[in-house]
Amino acid sequence: MKKLLMATAATALVAGGAFAEDVKLGVILGFTGPIESITPHMGDGAELAMKEVTDSGNFLGGSSVESVRADSTCIDSGAATSAAERLITSDGVKGIMGADCSGVTGAILQNVALPNGVVMVSPSATSPGLTHAENEDNGLFFRTAPSDARQGVIVTNVLQDRGFNEVAITYTNNDYGKGLADAIEAEFEAAGGTVTTVAAHEDGKADYSAEVGALASAGGEVLVVAGYVDQGGNGIVRAALDTGAFDTFYFPDGMVGEKLNEDFGAELNGSFGAHPGTDSEGAEIYAGMASEAGFDGTSAFSPESYDAAALMMLAMQAAGSTDPAEYKTHIMDVANAPGEVIFPGELGKALQIIADGGDIDYEGASAVDLIGSGESAGNYREIEFVDGKYETAGYR
Amino acid sequence: MDLLNALVALLNFVVVPATAYGAQLALGALGVTLIYGILRFSNFAHGDTMAFGAMVTVLFTWLFQSWGIGFGPLPTALLALPIGILGCIGLLLLTDRMVYRFYRAQKAKPVILVIVSMGVMFIMNGIVRFIIGPGDQRFADGERFIISVRDFREMTGLREGLALKTTQGITVITAVIVVALLFWFLNRTRTGKSMRAYSDNEDLALLSGINPERVVMVTWIIVAALATIAGVLYGLDKTFKPFTYFMLLLPIFASAIVGGLGNPLGAIAGGFVIAFSEVTITYAWKKVLVYLMPEPLEPDGLVQLLSTDYKFAVSFSILLIVLIFKPTGLFRGKSV
Repeated sequence: MKKLLMATAATALVAGGAFAEDVKLGVILGFTGPIESITPHMGDGAELAMKEVTDSGNFLGGSSVESVRADSTCIDSGAATSAAERLITSDGVKGIMGADCSGVTGAILQNVALPNGVVMVSPSATSPGLTHAENEDNGLFFRTAPSDARQGVIVTNVLQDRGFNEVAITYTNNDYGKGLADAIEAEFEAAGGTVTTVAAHEDGKADYSAEVGALASAGGEVLVVAGYVDQGGNGIVRAALDTGAFDTFYFPDGMVGEKLNEDFGAELNGSFGAHPGTDSEGAEIYAGMASEAGFDGTSAFSPESYDAAALMMLAMQAAGSTDPAEYKTHIMDVANAPGEVIFPGELGKALQIIADGGDIDYEGASAVDLIGSGESAGNYREIEFVDGKYETAGYR
Repeated sequence: MDLLNALVALLNFVVVPATAYGAQLALGALGVTLIYGILRFSNFAHGDTMAFGAMVTVLFTWLFQSWGIGFGPLPTALLALPIGILGCIGLLLLTDRMVYRFYRAQKAKPVILVIVSMGVMFIMNGIVRFIIGPGDQRFADGERFIISVRDFREMTGLREGLALKTTQGITVITAVIVVALLFWFLNRTRTGKSMRAYSDNEDLALLSGINPERVVMVTWIIVAALATIAGVLYGLDKTFKPFTYFMLLLPIFASAIVGGLGNPLGAIAGGFVIAFSEVTITYAWKKVLVYLMPEPLEPDGLVQLLSTDYKFAVSFSILLIVLIFKPTGLFRGKSV
């Protein structure tokens, strides 16, 4: 009897696997931690793409895609590594959409993705240190966000176009902050500007008046806050406004969030910044789809998350396999020209074109164009504060 | 004019923040020092006691705010403060009954009580996080500034501005009132005198008919009030986050030990010594010096002795220096 039961169970399992597959993709983002206010919109974005692919019925002979969420914490590499390990070994995901912050992304890549040979597409890790020019990543790592080396150029252009030539920089003391601050300093000085000081701040402190005191001493027309909007970056801005040390700020990607409007409002009028974003047709379509699905599609890195998930699934379709070793080489193909241009909401059509042997050029929500070792060339949305909230000032 | 600018910059970035911080540390250190003097152990749970008192106050502040009760230009938290103190008294008396009384009856050594207080610390730590969560909580309301930078610049026409936050003003005024009340109580009332007698010589105090349980109870009540007030003032001035209170433990103990453990006057002095050292050593003096020095002598660098990351290292170093050269502290407390 026991044997019969086991045999039946085994048959059921085999039968289940042979037909329409249930493909699992991991979504590992910092649902707790310093960027917890923007990650829900990122996760929802990725899951929107998966739902669209599943609903189309065109994916690998009618397979469905299921999301498995995990918490990267954004800062704790140990916790992120074990969460990713769990995704791969226990949930059996075929690819990872994530992680978000550069430090944990590097840790997961080295400790989990590389040894297990699983593809990772990060929507928001921007550290220049993650660029793999020598194929150290075995072609497994991609990002739909641009490297901060590119952001350094953007910051410099935005500041100098507005006529500022002397800035102070403060950064959150981790891989992301350090990488970004270095990039900004190098570019800004190369363009003839003066950086009065580059000082780190620690997240999670109650009081930043000492840090701001030092920055104020160094001086500068604008304070560049390369931090997190839910953490130290917020405290720095608060202390700088209270003591009158600075009244104009530049906000890089990690600082642009609704929380700035809520916490500071009109106090920030005249400040500005930029985060990855585009005015392409795709962004607009995506924002519409997102608000229909009940989340904010203009939130930082939400479009990139949709694109990251979409790219993996399109590559799987192109490879005709969910095996990371096979589909990893197809990601660049589906992302770039030649082929038919694909916008958000057209994933079903794209899958059909690929199945019919055609070529696609995935444009997506963030105007994806992968360069180099597989990172986005980068489009930035410039914002500025008018009447107590930030508005789009242009695109670069 | 330059001299005035230098003075204002110094006030804005050093004197005002350090004074408010010093007052908060002093109130915290007073609690630690009272427990050390009368109950004879170092209470590691003090930081989390502050967090608990502040948490009760925050919860009631929110309740008052939802009822639309305000305190005019002052923060509503001051209205909720008495309730916070009551909640904290309840917690400390309960802890004493359930934990410390057992060890007192056993005549446990101070070092055992220190370890016990660490256990209590972890439990309080958990309770606070469980009730209000580990994140930042905003509860400050009312007028933000007594003088804001912009107003000050317009009033005086100086280049440098001076900001005086309402919370900084309240902190210093409340601290002065609380300290005055405490000293009056310790020196003038019968209960205060019996507490000091118990602290000086336990056996002699018992012989002269002082009820030890009553002394202990009154001590916990005073400590609860001090801790809650310190916690709320710190939270109002900075931000309420349970973890930061745990981090405050080091500067608070440094203040109490520098001033002389068991000596209330020392705790206050110690608080200000630690606060001013932390701020002046990590401050970048360039701004002030540029105003003061003739042009050729103006510094190029930031003139910062230590990066602000090393704030706690300052408390530690002062603690070490005092313990090596003057173990009883500046005001002759008990040696550790």
